[in-house]
Amino acid sequence: MTNEHLIRDLVKKHGRSRVALLPILQGVVDANNFISDSDMVEIAKELDLSAAQVFGTATFYSFLSTEPLGKYVIRVCKTITCDMHGKKQIVQTIEEMLKVKVGETTPNKKFSLLETNCLGWCHEGPAMLINEKPFTGLTPERVHDIISEYISKS
Amino acid sequence: MSESKLKRVDLIFGEYSNTKYKVLADTLKRRNEDILEDLMESGLKGRGGAGFPTAMKWKLAADAPSDTKYVICNADEGEPGTFKDREILSRVPRKVFSGMAICGKVIGAQKGYIYLRSEYKFLLPELTRELEMFHEHIGKMGFDFPIEIKLGSGAYICGEESALFESMEGFRGEPRNKPPYPTTHGFMGKPTVINNVETFVNVVMIMRLGPVQFKLLGTTDSRGSKVFSVSGDTPIPGIYELELGMPLDRFVEEFGDGDTKAVQVGGASGFCVPRKKFKDTIIGFEGVPTGGSMMLFNSSRSMYNVLHNYLDFFEEESCGQCTPCRVGCQQLRKGIVAVKKGDKKAGYLDQLLKLSESMKITAKCGLGQSVANSFSSIVNNFKEEMIY
Amino acid sequence: MSKKINLTIDGINVSVDPGTTILDAARKLNIHIPTLCYHEDLCVAGNCRVCVVEQENSRTLPASCATPAAEGMVIHTNSGKVRVARKHIVELLLSEHNADCTKCYKNGNCELQSLASQMLTGDHMFLDLVPDKHYTIDMFNSAIVKDDSRCIRCQRCVRTCEELQSVSALSVAYRGNNMKISTFFEHPLFEVVCTNCGQCVNRCPTGALIERNYVDQVWDAIYDPAKHVVVQTAPAVRIALGEALGMPPGMIVTGKMVTSLKRLGFDAVLDTDFTADLTIIEEGYELVERLKRALVDKDPEVALPMATSCSPAWIKFLEHTYPDLLPNLSTCKSPQQMFGALVKTYYAQKKKLDPKNLVSVSIMPCTAKKFEADRPEMRSSGYKDVDYVLTTRELAIMITQAGMEFDKLPESHFDNIMGMSTGAAVIFGTTGGVMEAAIRTVYEVVTGREVPFESLNITPVRGTEGEVREASLLITGTKPEFKFLEGVELKCVVANGLAYAKKVMQNVKDGNANYHFIEIMACPGGCLGGGGQPIPTNKEIRAKRTQAIYEEDLGMPLRKSHDNPEVQELYRDFLIKPLGHKSHELLHTHYTPRKRY
Repeated sequence: MTNEHLIRDLVKKHGRSRVALLPILQGVVDANNFISDSDMVEIAKELDLSAAQVFGTATFYSFLSTEPLGKYVIRVCKTITCDMHGKKQIVQTIEEMLKVKVGETTPNKKFSLLETNCLGWCHEGPAMLINEKPFTGLTPERVHDIISEYISKS
Repeated sequence: MSESKLKRVDLIFGEYSNTKYKVLADTLKRRNEDILEDLMESGLKGRGGAGFPTAMKWKLAADAPSDTKYVICNADEGEPGTFKDREILSRVPRKVFSGMAICGKVIGAQKGYIYLRSEYKFLLPELTRELEMFHEHIGKMGFDFPIEIKLGSGAYICGEESALFESMEGFRGEPRNKPPYPTTHGFMGKPTVINNVETFVNVVMIMRLGPVQFKLLGTTDSRGSKVFSVSGDTPIPGIYELELGMPLDRFVEEFGDGDTKAVQVGGASGFCVPRKKFKDTIIGFEGVPTGGSMMLFNSSRSMYNVLHNYLDFFEEESCGQCTPCRVGCQQLRKGIVAVKKGDKKAGYLDQLLKLSESMKITAKCGLGQSVANSFSSIVNNFKEEMIY
Repeated sequence: MSKKINLTIDGINVSVDPGTTILDAARKLNIHIPTLCYHEDLCVAGNCRVCVVEQENSRTLPASCATPAAEGMVIHTNSGKVRVARKHIVELLLSEHNADCTKCYKNGNCELQSLASQMLTGDHMFLDLVPDKHYTIDMFNSAIVKDDSRCIRCQRCVRTCEELQSVSALSVAYRGNNMKISTFFEHPLFEVVCTNCGQCVNRCPTGALIERNYVDQVWDAIYDPAKHVVVQTAPAVRIALGEALGMPPGMIVTGKMVTSLKRLGFDAVLDTDFTADLTIIEEGYELVERLKRALVDKDPEVALPMATSCSPAWIKFLEHTYPDLLPNLSTCKSPQQMFGALVKTYYAQKKKLDPKNLVSVSIMPCTAKKFEADRPEMRSSGYKDVDYVLTTRELAIMITQAGMEFDKLPESHFDNIMGMSTGAAVIFGTTGGVMEAAIRTVYEVVTGREVPFESLNITPVRGTEGEVREASLLITGTKPEFKFLEGVELKCVVANGLAYAKKVMQNVKDGNANYHFIEIMACPGGCLGGGGQPIPTNKEIRAKRTQAIYEEDLGMPLRKSHDNPEVQELYRDFLIKPLGHKSHELLHTHYTPRKRY
């Protein structure tokens, strides 16, 4: 499925020059959490790039997934200070709750669980992002509450 | 907390935040030469970690002949253990905008950009509101200087200035060959000043206090104060603004948990200082420089795990284009694993130390060059932990 | 002239122009600094770091290919520091590389291998990373094989595909330890916009990008007593083959090449130049026909300008990039395919051979020709018109396998029929050559007089790479039947390298071009710089090959395609007339619009 309308709107907003590529890719991710192959083709056409150039650029960036991700992307910080303060238990809690491993998406496509590099909350670790929202000072109990709340969201 | 031995400073987050751009308005009335002279006099060095004299950077860009120039604020804070830029941007964004506008005036730039890492995207609504107000204010001052926010997409390497330009231009964030430098060939090939978030704030402080006051803080080589991100095994993690040039033992006295065995100064790309060297280590450009990251480790921590974590990080965050960094990082990580497992003899660590030295002098950019900092300081100081 | 820059390299003073790199300054002193990612034809990448040198008072070792010389620089290219660092870098590359050299097609012709051998590597300094890499090999393409396990990520191929060819079928993808050279979504090459031009193959320093080779299949055919194996050789092969067999660039080795082919056991050694001459007749008449339809019949359907169709990578490029301009392509098959179609019809008849026992082999400077021979429309003889296509390099391998000392071989002549050619065919191998050959013929057909150029050398269409050449020729004194061309200024344009082709065709598409005739060769310099030519190929070497081609042309007794007696005989006995029924059946083709994405 291609997001032709979305991409056309993004092109209208950001233009057709190369400079527009990242904002457009980001716009697609904002809407769908990932960029499909047909999206990339569409973007390449609009910007007069080769599809491989779009693919090459997108795959450079951790937050521009080219694989389908769930509606809520959970990124748990794995950098040393978060690791020291119990990241492993946080990940375990989420894995048990969602019945997925790190790198996987729930069958209902609602959640993806990922690990990521430093989120910049080292003084309040462990930390995680759900989509763009940060959660800090996590404990297994706290993360349980947070995830439960998201599970109950429509 | 017992009597503080460290001089706490309150410049960056100080009262200015509520005034309505007074320093900016005053500075915009000054002559560019005078502004540059004050900056020169202040001895301000870039706060991102590399420590390039700010006045010189601005002067080079000011002298570069071009009708189009840019000012870029590097807010791609990704160094493990660093979170000061987020704090500055959320608490005193106006100081950042003011510093950028002053730079724009001095070098003759028409436009400013803030490259904000995607991990801080949640700051965007507030920053956008603040920017609207800023544009209103600066318009009233008769100086047109639009600032736009560009978002990153999750790549540590984009904090490297030329990689940041590539990313802003819509490419993979791969560092460029240098020379030429950004002051002549930066964003879109135009003369560009790119400074850390904190540097711009420091500029505003210098404009407010004057260089003489600013210089009273710190040491000859490290003027002024610095925002430190303190984390790890400390009872009081957080953001602290401290004078530069302090000895590490005093820092540990204040922030340690009484059992500190090592402090990682400057994040994963910085140096790991063991307990026995706390006393002789100065935090500043004359000693161990830092972009502000201070991670404390107590004796319960395995330094092998710490190093492994760093190397994982570098392996993933290397852009991958140059051989020493792309392959070197993989070799270092797999190498320490092999030694730990006994697949390689302890002597292999020496081979790896030599490799890290080669990476330091041959990698294309600061990322690959700085992997050796943590690698050699951890392996050399905690060799037994690497082996047993 | 700006001021010179003075620096010292290994204790020797040297003055260079501003902008000169340390690498070039050292070459001026005959100091050879090893390189891998550097290539004369491409922009500087500075990513392999093999060329690092020591610069006094610098903390780091700069990459000499990427660092301009500066006044007062003191450089050491072989200090202890440099040696250790360079060895580390080569060892690192080897640790990521499937260094199974004896099983590699590029064994003996690999830049990484020779560097490793110079460095005396071999003590397994670092861990082998290959087992964890899950490398893939793309063998699904008829022309090019991409083996990621041999890739050192120098990005020469990516730069070639983007800068020289503006195709960008290859890109750098992913990051860090996962970084790789990839097509779109890692699709196999045959599914993407790759034109098979092979310029990446020619520049790959290792065995990561190679031609799909058919050496063994050709040997099998030769050894099969039931088969009559016919070989044709393209114009650009004879001026480059020597390079792959130890001779310097720019040598014309036509006679030795023919001898070697005969000794390899081919039953008939014939010449693609013969069908190059034939192409000129067909294409020339086609051009005149299109002009007539435009000028006399005022036919709105006629597609002008007409573009040449000899270069299969160019064809595929157009099919992907400008499918709406396909009617502008000449319908003439390339000389290779005209030859193939005639071998299994005309030649078989004349020689009283059963076409099903004929094996038709061609030696080409090109990898795209392999794809072209496999196109489904290239079976107009009722069989596969060309069975196997070998590159210049593959022929060199066969000659070496057969134990021939090439430079000592005697010379011999092509067999007949279909072995005779003119100078006009020879210059097909260089950019502007088809245009020149066509003008020599068209002008004479239309006016009855030779082209008004000294020694028939139409210099305005000749030239170097890296440019689009426009030229025009006023046609006067036409024969009565070509009265419609009287006073017409024939406007031509010549481009080589697909990046330049794209510029020309974009102009055509935008309606900003009033050309009549376009010559495009996909490769820089034309076929002489083809993807199947000996490695290395670079600007300097291409210049030498160009010179050789024009020398060969000048030395030929016949210089105009329509003077080729064998071509005349072919028309008399078989084709009857240009653009006739038989021609359409055997010598003309159609094209397939393809997706650009």
